Amino acid sequence: MKDLLKDPAAYQALANEKKPKPRLAKNLTMAFLVGGGICTLGQLIQNIYIKFFNFPPERAGDPTTTTVIFISGLLTALGVFDKIARHAGAGTAVPVTGFANSIVSAALEFKREGFVLGVGSKMFILAGSVIVFGVVTAFVVGLISALL
Amino acid sequence: MATKKGKQTIVFAVKPVIIGYSTVAGPKEGQGPVGPYFDKIYPDLAMGQKSFEKAERQMMLNAIDTALEKASLSRSNIDYFVAGDLLNQIISSGFSALELGAPFLGIYGACSSFCEGLIFAGVLVDSGAAQAVITATSSHNNTAERQYRYPIEYGAQLPPWSQHTVTGAAATAVAVRGLGPRLELATVGKVMDLGIKDPLNMGAAMAPAAADTIFTHMEDTGRNPGDYDLIVTGDLGKIGREIVVELAQRQGFDLSGNYRDCGELIYSKEQLENAGGSGCACSALVTLGMLFNQNYKRILVVATGALHSPTSYQQGENIPAIAHAISIEF
Repeated sequence: MKDLLKDPAAYQALANEKKPKPRLAKNLTMAFLVGGGICTLGQLIQNIYIKFFNFPPERAGDPTTTTVIFISGLLTALGVFDKIARHAGAGTAVPVTGFANSIVSAALEFKREGFVLGVGSKMFILAGSVIVFGVVTAFVVGLISALL
Repeated sequence: MATKKGKQTIVFAVKPVIIGYSTVAGPKEGQGPVGPYFDKIYPDLAMGQKSFEKAERQMMLNAIDTALEKASLSRSNIDYFVAGDLLNQIISSGFSALELGAPFLGIYGACSSFCEGLIFAGVLVDSGAAQAVITATSSHNNTAERQYRYPIEYGAQLPPWSQHTVTGAAATAVAVRGLGPRLELATVGKVMDLGIKDPLNMGAAMAPAAADTIFTHMEDTGRNPGDYDLIVTGDLGKIGREIVVELAQRQGFDLSGNYRDCGELIYSKEQLENAGGSGCACSALVTLGMLFNQNYKRILVVATGALHSPTSYQQGENIPAIAHAISIEF
């Protein structure tokens, strides 16, 4: 029999075979329910801004996003967010909640390195690439739309 | 004086004695199956310190002082202090050595540091260069997470093959004579790379190193797995252990009966979120805590370590791994 320790390809095949399958059904269901729940909550908050704070519907999105970001930041600081996210997966990561969590968690984590070298420079360690590629994409799309 | 046998094995002449040892752990580990054996269980991860790095150091110093006390030694009796941990530039070990004021040899074998330290201690004692050597190793979930993965409060969903870094520290006092478990043989491992790139799948990355060291040990010594009451690997977790069993089977070794993995033993089924525990403290806590307190005659401890860094895997390199084996007699 072939010595697997001298055959990386055959070893990797064995390693893949032993790898458990991700719990897809559970993960997808949780992501759908939690992600949907967050969006429903967002809609509720938006309706409140429209109905009770006299925001025009097209402008109500801004305070709604801000509120959801605030809730995520608070839950992150209270140490609850990561526990929810462990089960929710993409459900909390895809909405603006995931973005807020990545920034607040990094800010908290690197606070001990000081405000300049810690919080200031490491806050966007996870969110930085989202911002960079978001801006680049916006620029490219803007360029295309100007040319059309 | 120790001699070499076969390709990679050290035979200790005086069979150095572990005259004192200590384990301290975090709250999660304290609630697990090894919990009743720990000398101290910290109620929280901060351990009264300003940073988790300081907390890790606090655990290491606590384990050292307890091991010294059990060995009836004081800090001034330490001939050499051999220690390693996971943090960049092994700061837990270096700062602990500063506090101890003992001659210090810093080692890095990632999670294999426990066995690596014992090998150095054994050789130092066996050669007559030292009367008493202290070894120590530590890991802390929060310090390892931030260095290798994400900020602690970041909401990441981990795959079922990922492992949880153990919070704890362990220390041993190794001497020429005295009462206690004895170091009989040690097999120094080679670095193995079978092309695993996923830093979350440490079990699969380290299993070849564990298997290679076990096979070499058996070949060098002419022994069989059956010559040991127990063979235990460092922190492969569930998936890595299954791979080792399979690799052994193909090599004609039967590991199905007396082989366990510390990464699986450290947490209970209810605590186990994914594949098991990992970290320098994992094999040390299980071995010194639980396994030293059973009625074994002879065990083979194979601590495993992944020798990658965030830089190396982000640059697309594979995860190399190592494993060192020590035969301990009781």
